[in-house]
Amino acid sequence: MPRATQKSYYWIGFRTGLPFLLVVMPFGMLFGVVATEAGFTSVQTMAFSSVVFAGAAQFTALQLMADDAPFLIVIATALAVNLRMAMYSASLAVWLGRAPLWKRALIAYVNVDQSYAVSMNRYEDEPDLSLSQRIGFFFGAVTPVCPMWVVATGLGIWFGDTIPDWMALDFAVPICFLAIIAPMMRTLAHMVSAVASIVLALVFSGLPYNLGLLVAAAAAMIVGAQVEMWMSRRAGA
Amino acid sequence: MIPSMEAGYIWIVIIVLGVGTYLIRFSFLGLIGSKDLPDWVLLHLRYTAVAVLPGLVAPLVLWPAATGGEVDPARLSAALVTFGVGLLTRSVVAAIILGGATLFGMIWLMGAY
Repeated sequence: MPRATQKSYYWIGFRTGLPFLLVVMPFGMLFGVVATEAGFTSVQTMAFSSVVFAGAAQFTALQLMADDAPFLIVIATALAVNLRMAMYSASLAVWLGRAPLWKRALIAYVNVDQSYAVSMNRYEDEPDLSLSQRIGFFFGAVTPVCPMWVVATGLGIWFGDTIPDWMALDFAVPICFLAIIAPMMRTLAHMVSAVASIVLALVFSGLPYNLGLLVAAAAAMIVGAQVEMWMSRRAGA
Repeated sequence: MIPSMEAGYIWIVIIVLGVGTYLIRFSFLGLIGSKDLPDWVLLHLRYTAVAVLPGLVAPLVLWPAATGGEVDPARLSAALVTFGVGLLTRSVVAAIILGGATLFGMIWLMGAY
């Protein structure tokens, strides 16, 4: 049987990434609406989506700026939201680390939660793929999602206030995050970490400078790591 | 309107966040092999997403700004359905569709708008 070519892996990736448009379109539009309402110009809003290219961090920064949080808190918290991408980067490096530098630089720019998740699943399911097949799959998975993120932001700016209240667009963000978080609950350690994050964020929500989320996240990371160590000690004993 | 929203300030946030985010994404892919990373760092990095996002969402679910910070049955049940479906099906898309349907269904039932 002939092996699938790089080109066909691009299209396999494309089809795998396609359903994420359902997430990306409302999410990006919402960002366009919320950012312009907060006082961003259209150019700034578009630049934000295309330069930062990370929805969760963009919303976090926007929320904190609206609360008049200090500059360093805005940056630190939004970057903390993106720290998970260091982990993505590390685990992708195992599979794609031998690609030429310019390709790795491009992969890094367009790497988002969804493309990371489907690509890692594919690489682990089919460990025999060649490097170019892996790269093809990755860029395929990214193609429907990434340009549309910026387009959706533009649509959000354009529609702006004409979106009716009953569409409850404000709640697209929590729904999207919850849908991303739920499948991450793979182990007890992940669940305990998530619960710690929720409880601590609510408890510390009164802290000045919106430090609450940062404190809760740091503590929840340590909690998750400790539970994992405890579980592996127990399994080994 | 954001109080301190001067154009220069917004641009600085965009640029610093953009550069910072790119460096995080590029880090291991670009500069260091993941083998060089100490185990304890990888151990903690595994929990960044589940440590940050739930804490970010929790107040938005419990005290939504759209209802003036009051607990809202429509939003609360939509959140629970989204999370429950995501847990059971492991499908982001199914969770979003059913969560959204719950939200609109509840809003319609309650005649909130």
